[in-house]
Amino acid sequence: MNTKRIIPCLDVKDGRVVKGINFLELCDAGDPVKQAQYYDAQGADEIIYLDITASHEKRDTMIDVVRRTASAIMTPITVGGGVRTVNDAKALLENGADKVAINTAAIDRPELISELAEKFGSQAVCVAVDARQEKMYWRVFTVGGRKASRWTVNDWVIEAEHRGAGEILLTSMDRDGTRKGYDIALTQMVSRAVNIPVIASGGCGSMAHMAHALLEGKADAVLAASIFHYRETTIQETKQYLEKRNINVRIES
Amino acid sequence: MTTIIQYGAGNIFSVAQALKLIGEEAILADTPEQLETAERLILPGVGAFGAAMKSLRRAGLDEAIIKVVKKGTPLMGICLGYQLLFESSDESPGIQGLGLFKGCVRRFNAALRIPQLGWNHVRYRESSSLFTGIRQDSYFYFANSYYTAPTEDIGIGHTEYGRNFISAAQRGKLFGVQFHPEKSQGCGKQLLTNFIQLEEQ
Repeated sequence: MNTKRIIPCLDVKDGRVVKGINFLELCDAGDPVKQAQYYDAQGADEIIYLDITASHEKRDTMIDVVRRTASAIMTPITVGGGVRTVNDAKALLENGADKVAINTAAIDRPELISELAEKFGSQAVCVAVDARQEKMYWRVFTVGGRKASRWTVNDWVIEAEHRGAGEILLTSMDRDGTRKGYDIALTQMVSRAVNIPVIASGGCGSMAHMAHALLEGKADAVLAASIFHYRETTIQETKQYLEKRNINVRIES
Repeated sequence: MTTIIQYGAGNIFSVAQALKLIGEEAILADTPEQLETAERLILPGVGAFGAAMKSLRRAGLDEAIIKVVKKGTPLMGICLGYQLLFESSDESPGIQGLGLFKGCVRRFNAALRIPQLGWNHVRYRESSSLFTGIRQDSYFYFANSYYTAPTEDIGIGHTEYGRNFISAAQRGKLFGVQFHPEKSQGCGKQLLTNFIQLEEQ
């Protein structure tokens, strides 16, 4: 069987890392490629870049970042943020990205999922879902968590799979940034609702949180940012921890 | 020098960069003439079987590939590029593949997570030169919903995903791998190096 994936996420703005590793050994700590190389050397199973560049004109900087990353490391790269059209996705995939993550654009026009899947294959189409808990269910939010959509999370992930999504990147808005752990109930619900892989995200503050999301949450992968950026642990150490708990992870000897 | 076949369906940039990382010069080719003079070829591919075959046909590359493989030019198919070497695929019924490997391409059992996305073991045949210097059961990166089911004895790598399937195949100088060596870190690097050095062995 394939292994559970451990995925560090880097927030990139105008081609520079804004939330990333906090230390000085790197000669240019703001360079996303340097940080990706650092995680690659630790055995990251994938790298996710989240492009938070505000202006559309500067989007080309992300293409350059992806190009330079794919020239430096042989590790899968996913890019999310700002992908609105088939052409946006094409530019990233032709320059070394393996997957694009779409969020707001997919809610605005669900056909985009099918168009991307048809052109690039489902394996290249990751639907990012920002979820917030309401009374009886979770609701999908867009525009970086600012706008409520008409979709419940359960209905939306089923719709996304039906339209050809190859993966769900599931972020709990309630947990994001709290370091209190992933939302296990949410993760479990989505993992059961679909047959495509699910990446749990939002709230990771410890290695134990990752184990919970993978075991109880039934996630196929976990995304984490600050725990790696602040070097509270390394990917290697995380994997050794998970392996001791009988979680199938990739450890190269 | 390695020639990468460009037909509008593939992670060509990543393959070219991976070759560069191992010190191999890579050129892109999109005409039958360029294939004929190639030293060795890589057929990449992502997307759907039917659409990819149509693109190859439109450019006359299907016939050219069959011709150069028969002539003995080494070729390696990657992911969908590997599946295209077979006769047909469940993904696109009625569309003929290149038919260089006997057998067809089937969809994984619906009870599994599909696509398979991530790292999985490859158990290789010890005599296979493609895996020289790679530890047995090493991990490679997979991104596939379909697997190949050859009807001839060409399997040189096996992987478990709900079932045991052929993740690497070889007949003579024709190779195919279901995983992405260009995205498989150190093991992928070694495998690409082995493919390039075949002639010297």
